[in-house]
Amino acid sequence: MDLALAPETLARWQFGITTVYHFLFVPLTISLAALTAGLQTAWVRTEKEKYLRATKFWGKLFLINIAMGVVTGIVQEFQFGMNWSDYSRFVGDIFGAPLAFEALIAFFFESTFIGLWIFGWDKLPKKIHLACIWMVSLGTVLSAYFILAANSWMQHPVGYRINEERGRAELTDFWAVLTQDTALTQFFHTITAAFLVGGAFMVGIAAFHLARKKHVPVMRSSLRLGLVVMIIAGMGTAISGDLLGKVMFKQQPMKMAAAEALWDGEAPAPFSVFAYGDVEKGHNKVAIEIPGLLSFLANDDFSSFVPGINDVNKAEQEKFGPGDYRPNIPVAYWGFRWMIGFGMASLGIGMLGLWLTRKRFMLPPALRTGEDEVPHLVLFKEALSPRFARLYWIAALWTMLFPLIANSWGWIFTEMGRQPWVVYGVLRTRDAVSPGVSQGEVLTSMIGFTLLYAVLAVIEVRLLVKYVKAGPPELTEADLNPPTRIGGDDKNPDRPMAFSY
Amino acid sequence: MELHDVWFVLIAVLWTGYFFLEGFDFGIGVLTKLLARDRTEKRVLINTIGPVWDGNEVWLLTAGGATFAAFPEWYATLFSGFYLPLLVILGCLIVRGVAFEYRHKRSEERWQTNWEHAIFWTSLIPAFLWGVAFANIARGVKIDQDMEYVGNVLDLLNVYSVLGGLVTLTLFTFHGAVFAALKTVGDIRDRARALATRLGVVTAVLALVFLIWTQASRGDVWSLAAMAVAVVALVGALGFNLAGREGWAFALSGITIAAAVAMLFLTLFPNVMPSSLDAAWSLTVTNASSTPYTLKIMTWCAAVATPLVLLYQGWTYWVFRKRIGTQHIVDAH
Repeated sequence: MDLALAPETLARWQFGITTVYHFLFVPLTISLAALTAGLQTAWVRTEKEKYLRATKFWGKLFLINIAMGVVTGIVQEFQFGMNWSDYSRFVGDIFGAPLAFEALIAFFFESTFIGLWIFGWDKLPKKIHLACIWMVSLGTVLSAYFILAANSWMQHPVGYRINEERGRAELTDFWAVLTQDTALTQFFHTITAAFLVGGAFMVGIAAFHLARKKHVPVMRSSLRLGLVVMIIAGMGTAISGDLLGKVMFKQQPMKMAAAEALWDGEAPAPFSVFAYGDVEKGHNKVAIEIPGLLSFLANDDFSSFVPGINDVNKAEQEKFGPGDYRPNIPVAYWGFRWMIGFGMASLGIGMLGLWLTRKRFMLPPALRTGEDEVPHLVLFKEALSPRFARLYWIAALWTMLFPLIANSWGWIFTEMGRQPWVVYGVLRTRDAVSPGVSQGEVLTSMIGFTLLYAVLAVIEVRLLVKYVKAGPPELTEADLNPPTRIGGDDKNPDRPMAFSY
Repeated sequence: MELHDVWFVLIAVLWTGYFFLEGFDFGIGVLTKLLARDRTEKRVLINTIGPVWDGNEVWLLTAGGATFAAFPEWYATLFSGFYLPLLVILGCLIVRGVAFEYRHKRSEERWQTNWEHAIFWTSLIPAFLWGVAFANIARGVKIDQDMEYVGNVLDLLNVYSVLGGLVTLTLFTFHGAVFAALKTVGDIRDRARALATRLGVVTAVLALVFLIWTQASRGDVWSLAAMAVAVVALVGALGFNLAGREGWAFALSGITIAAAVAMLFLTLFPNVMPSSLDAAWSLTVTNASSTPYTLKIMTWCAAVATPLVLLYQGWTYWVFRKRIGTQHIVDAH
């Protein structure tokens, strides 16, 4: 059979497409839930109307986004059984548990309380309504944790034994699966990266409005909140990325060697800035390197030995038998670079943005900005350098995409860097596919999902653009007078619902 | 009772919960075309399930996840074997979820009517296909000695399974009509009750044939008892509906669903997916299950989480207990 259309290849493409697509919505959902909850908390505590308007505005964008996150998530759970049934049989005893935990503990939370939050504006007292969005936020974070624990087990299997008789892996220590260093560092890295996405999203949209001097109080607060979140999350992502890298060097040396296009082990090992190589012959034709940095990143020691691709391949051949144990090296190498490049660029832009929009008390009073005024940047634009100021706003808008690109490449690198293993060192990807599912079936589903997802992407983006352009809503009297008892107002039974589909 | 038996029961409970809850919201989706006379009435119906449908759907995800963890072989055989029908169900659930959330987000009539068509079809198709799937599971399908499904998609469409699909479709629509009568006020409530009566009679005829067929081919005394409960509850639901006691009618239409699911699972046990090729190749609670250690962890998780879930989902229904009518629907968005 043609390899390009082999069920394994198609199933991998389908998994890749559906996962990367799903993961465009997940980080934004995780961070926007918390940010919306934060803004609503600010409203409950200060009663400043700008925070309620901000809550409604970001909350609506959050809902448009979470709808897609939820529905694409259903596909992920069922895909293991549909396309990867031999994987499911082999690891179900271990991998199924965190998935079931996710559903029982996280999904129920998320989906029940989101219903309460959406429809609860005129049914719940202020503080209980606020608690609902925090519950949603808690649900999204728990969900991320359980799914990352499951994924980490595929990266670095622990707490199991192989049962030869039943031909499967069996769980011996669930606590080890939940608390191993891969799971904890991946969780830390993924959550911080998610907040980088949410921060940048807020900054980009706030910049769009502020550039036009619209909705200034709401958008100024949002801009500053977004920038602070970007900086904290960006630093967290860098720190957790470094930790995760060190874990990976120990657990998956092949992945990191591929990420660096380091063919032969070296001591000290250099960090590759740019490389172009010959995969067949196993060497680089062009390489620009920083001496010793890779040794430091791997082992905290500038002169330590780091094994190369050829070394690890040889070691794995001795351990697991003949074969090619190298992942797709250009994808790993460039995936790693796009991830770090776009992630660090986001952090840099966040810092620049916060500096540019500070109050600047050294300026003459006419150019200072107070709490609810257009940030300094706009004054900068008018008073000093119109062209550059405009560029900053455009840059802020485009930065929205940077962390998303970094996130996607991060996952592509993580998952493809582990190949040919689906469970590292335990189960090969080619042994994981469903034997009974035909090429035609996988092709149908792959094309079906791709088309459906493409159509939905267009619809979603257009809706987001519409609601972004509309800006934060004006408040009504009902908004400012939330009910005092659960179930809403009994005195006026025919009062229209505050929110209805 | 061993842990894998406990999990067999719990999986049955999860599917029961799913069909009880999503059953009525599928029903409401179908009723948007059968019951609503205009756009506002459609919106009344959609809003009766607005705050809860998402939570209802999680019962499916939990049933799927729990099957994966407790009976990996069952999960693998079922989902790879029923590949194309499941693909259709997944496609429907994707579009359906988006339809609820996006329908009201633009005011153009075409946009809204497109999503309303989507809500109808994506409620109707899964409501039918779940019945087909479960009838096939109960009846047995072509499973070889490696636990692989070796039939094709046409093998899944036979008289018994199509009848099963019609039963779930009509039963869910009846359940939805009773729910609509319970949750609305005014003219639409009266019409929902009248429609529920007609749907209930059709459901009763189809369900009776299906259940008797099931009982005759695989039943024992326990499944007979479950069948009796289903029949009595369905008749009771019809009676209370006629009497205008909508709360009782809804409880009983829910019990009908629960008893019918229980009957199917009782005819299965100790199999989880019988093979029609050779009884020795059937998947059972023992050869398809996880290790006792995994099942023990899962049991603890379920014991702690399930009561909590029931508590806060129940509270949601309490918060949104008021009936709604056309007067509660706002125009603008």
